[in-house]
Amino acid sequence: MQELSVRHLLGIKDITVQDIRLIFETADNFKDVLNRPIKKVPSLRDITIANVFFENSTRTRLSFELAEKRLSADVVNFSSSGSSVKKGETLLDTVNNILAMKVDMVVIRHSSPGAPHFLSRHINANIINAGDGTHEHPTQALLDAFSIREKYGEVAGKKIVIIGDILHSRVALSNIFALQKLGAEVMVCGPVTLLPRYIKDLGVKVETDVRKALAWCDVANVLRIQLERQQMKYFPSLREYSLYYGIDKRMLDSLDKEITVMHPGPINRGVELSSDAADSHHSIILNQVENGVAIRMAVLYLLAARQ
Amino acid sequence: MQKRLIVNHQLLDIMVMRLCHQLVENHSDFSDSVILGLQPRGKFVAQRIQSTLAAILGRQVPTGFLDTTFHRDDFRRRETPLTANATKVDFLIEGKKVILVDDVLYTGRSVRAALDAMIAYGRPASVELLVLIDRLYTRHLPIEATYVGRQVNSLQSQRVLVEWKGQQATEDNIWLITKTED
Repeated sequence: MQELSVRHLLGIKDITVQDIRLIFETADNFKDVLNRPIKKVPSLRDITIANVFFENSTRTRLSFELAEKRLSADVVNFSSSGSSVKKGETLLDTVNNILAMKVDMVVIRHSSPGAPHFLSRHINANIINAGDGTHEHPTQALLDAFSIREKYGEVAGKKIVIIGDILHSRVALSNIFALQKLGAEVMVCGPVTLLPRYIKDLGVKVETDVRKALAWCDVANVLRIQLERQQMKYFPSLREYSLYYGIDKRMLDSLDKEITVMHPGPINRGVELSSDAADSHHSIILNQVENGVAIRMAVLYLLAARQ
Repeated sequence: MQKRLIVNHQLLDIMVMRLCHQLVENHSDFSDSVILGLQPRGKFVAQRIQSTLAAILGRQVPTGFLDTTFHRDDFRRRETPLTANATKVDFLIEGKKVILVDDVLYTGRSVRAALDAMIAYGRPASVELLVLIDRLYTRHLPIEATYVGRQVNSLQSQRVLVEWKGQQATEDNIWLITKTED
């Protein structure tokens, strides 16, 4: 009988390697539940969860909502478009109003880094960070590491390269923390303009040549080019980015070993990843999506126990 | 802590053999019957019942292990969350005669959770319950076992421990454990 060391899942940085392993073991069991004819368990039937999304999301929100429903929780959804946020309500007021309706857990996505941390200090509910600006996206990192563990049996000792827009990516930061805690070697790869200046301080390798990076790694986690987060031009054109950093099937086949390709979605087909590479046997992108539900069920289940 | 032996390994052998013959009386050739051991500790009883039945019948009765963690009614009422165990049910139980197997029947809450968890694999034709030890007068729910190894009178503060050879024990034994203030 174990429990998490935290009451909220705000970031991978705050949790221990034991927490990660406990989440994985619990997720193994939930994955088993998801493959049954009846995919629902009654664990969270007395819990109400609010999904508060101040930023657009399809996959993460669907995945969380499905996880909550599979655990029999009651779910309320909130998105900032068409809400009182447009009328000038503050974050704390919005969430407090939702909590006044007796909500036990809040899943929050916000464009400001630290928004979930701020809430966790001011309100009495379990908070799960579903992405805060360019800071962290812990459940994505957990499901990525879980997918690597599923494919290779173990994360420790594996070489993983994260390719693309590291500067604007919360997925990259959470992935670096999670993979390092689990004992993997991590490299980041991208144009110098998209690599944070002090990223080396996190103990990761840095590479600007994507071919060298692919030759080094066991797993390539390819990130989406986030045009909506870029206030200025970091590279001349998408076409040029694709030419230098895009990955296609030909590149994967030319390697002398079999590597695994991951992508947190949504894919810009033909920009960071070509269609033939995304749909090839190298890719575990759809496994990541499937594992996402199991991981989120595990996180919700374990946090709900920590009232 | 006081430990009193209530069933030794010879008695346990006889008990398992008797339970298996009772099962054969009701299920004859087991063509429509399956065994489900409740995780974590009913698993060992189920394996033992399966191997003893194999010796009697000359064939293996389909046996699975059912984890009830996510179906329990004491989630969030305990100090720490329960760690789940693997569920391994490789067959559908639709229309089958299910024999649920556990080591000790105490409050009946695990069995209630198991009935709930089991439904995810289909609608059984009938469900029976087999336990090695039935603790009398301790039930929270109206649940009784169909096949009972031994009934024991015990205090709420006591605990019944079934040990299996090879599972951190050198012999099969059943103990009644009394916690003492020291």
